[in-house]
Amino acid sequence: MTSSPKDRRYTKEHEWARLGDGEAMVGITDFAQEQLGDLVYFDLPEPGAQVRQHAKLGEVESVKAVSEIYAPLSGEVIEVNQKAMDSPELVNQDPYGEGWLLKVRPADASEMDSLLSAEDYDALVATAEGGQH
Amino acid sequence: MSDGERRDMGSKLSFGRGRPGRTAVTLPDCDVPLAEMPSPSLLRDDLPLPEMSQPEIVRYFTNLACLNYSVDTGFYPLGSCSMKYNPKLHEDLARLSGFAQVHPLQPIETVQGALALMHELQGFLAEITGMHAVSLAPAAGAHGELTSILTVRAYLEHRGESRHKVLVPDSAHGTNLATVSTAGFQCLPIASDARGNTDLAALAEALDEDVAALMLTLPNTLGLFDQNIVQIAQMVHETGAQLYCDGANLNALLGQVKIGDLGFDVVQMNLHKTFSTPHGGGGPGAGPVAVKAHLAPFLPSPFVGQAANGAYVFEEPEHSIGKVGAFHGNFGIMVRAYAYIRSLGAPGLREVSENAVLNANYLLACLREAYDLPYERRCLHEVVFSGSRQRAKGVHTSDVAKRLIDYGFHPPTVYFPLIVDEALMIEPTETESKETLDAFCEAMLVIAREAEEEPELLRSAPHDAPLRRLDEAAAARHPVLRWQREDQA
Repeated sequence: MTSSPKDRRYTKEHEWARLGDGEAMVGITDFAQEQLGDLVYFDLPEPGAQVRQHAKLGEVESVKAVSEIYAPLSGEVIEVNQKAMDSPELVNQDPYGEGWLLKVRPADASEMDSLLSAEDYDALVATAEGGQH
Repeated sequence: MSDGERRDMGSKLSFGRGRPGRTAVTLPDCDVPLAEMPSPSLLRDDLPLPEMSQPEIVRYFTNLACLNYSVDTGFYPLGSCSMKYNPKLHEDLARLSGFAQVHPLQPIETVQGALALMHELQGFLAEITGMHAVSLAPAAGAHGELTSILTVRAYLEHRGESRHKVLVPDSAHGTNLATVSTAGFQCLPIASDARGNTDLAALAEALDEDVAALMLTLPNTLGLFDQNIVQIAQMVHETGAQLYCDGANLNALLGQVKIGDLGFDVVQMNLHKTFSTPHGGGGPGAGPVAVKAHLAPFLPSPFVGQAANGAYVFEEPEHSIGKVGAFHGNFGIMVRAYAYIRSLGAPGLREVSENAVLNANYLLACLREAYDLPYERRCLHEVVFSGSRQRAKGVHTSDVAKRLIDYGFHPPTVYFPLIVDEALMIEPTETESKETLDAFCEAMLVIAREAEEEPELLRSAPHDAPLRRLDEAAAARHPVLRWQREDQA
């Protein structure tokens, strides 16, 4: 398992958030896409929708199952990555780059502090993988 | 068929077969006066329908039919589906003209035999489940679930209670969640504990006055009997909620334990699973609902009752939720289930569950060295393995499933339940011989060895099927929903 990018923070449910200038980018982690398998569909809120940290943000469907995505931050959705919606394989190929899902205008940027660091998230994933083998 | 022909059958439609101008029938000369077409413009010549000779058509469809895989052609261990063999006698009985030729609108005094069968079947199913009343109306298992929850909702509303949540353990059938949403409730998942039972602490935390019901699959989708069931029933009832049993896995319990005695208020049964009625090709099925007395007045109509003079009549329960389908349910399926119950009798039904459980545990014992067992317990009618050991070698459960096709078996259910990593859910049913189970185990053990030594063989399977590995992701991302001519595609 390669280590997760350190320029962002993570949830226990395998989402990431990266804070930029007045906006945060949100996606799912490499571990999440690997576990889910080939992704085929996303159900995400429209721009303008309000999301709440740790509440259900939307759903992701893979060839195996449908799973819920939780919001790493509270705020207003300002953009959905249409390219990823049209080509879900982008999220499989590049979950931390081209395969981002949403941009959110954070209601409270300090919420980032409650998320996991890359090191802590990697440790969590290592435990999860260890438990499965 | 040669291998080439089989591949051809798997990929080439009737379009493009035959030759222009070829026909399957020769019509006699017209012996009536010709008339003008009222609107000649309605005639189209742009439909490129296949033009084939009769033997070409017959061979095309016969060969296509030969590609089918069914319980009649081989072992079909699809978990949670109870793909048991269906005795052919039941087909004969369902085709008796008194059953097959009746019309749902014909005068009731002319169909007393059919109603007597329904009335008796209601009684048998009530006896088997330990419940008080049965509705035969639902047309499938999930339809029975929805009927059950709507019945519970009507009961609670009648009592003036407004409850909004339904609890569903994470080891339940996936349809339960859809049932809850469709019935207008909020769905709350409940975790399983380390033994595969419902986690009592999680249940206690979720239970409050806003909970309408707990939907418990028994045995659950891990093939395990919930050892906390008596305590669960007590906890649920203390808050005034109803306890619902998803009875799709009743094959494990027939004649062993009555659902009603465990404290459940309502259960749906899948006749097309447990009671050996065909369920290939999507149906028809039947999902009767059995309830305790307090829920009986809310069941859907019609209910078959008996008048004082002994005549059978259709009745509507006092506070019925109304109709859940057209007419009286899938009657042909009821005939087959009735025949199954009558031909086996109580001792035979008990042997069904004994052998179903024995066969699943035989598979568990034969395969546990090669595949990980997520819960260290004996199973009931089905066993769930995890392919996590194989995944460490870069082989996924879907690869194991595809490789089984090369060995001539229908793959088991995969990736369900979701709480088991790389799940392989195997339900052998009671109708398989030890030789068949041994042949299946042998194939599974060979595949486990192949995963170690030649993983690519699995990743590129199937090798011997009419079509090779299909791209499921592309099919879901870019579905092709109808055939189009090449020049129009």
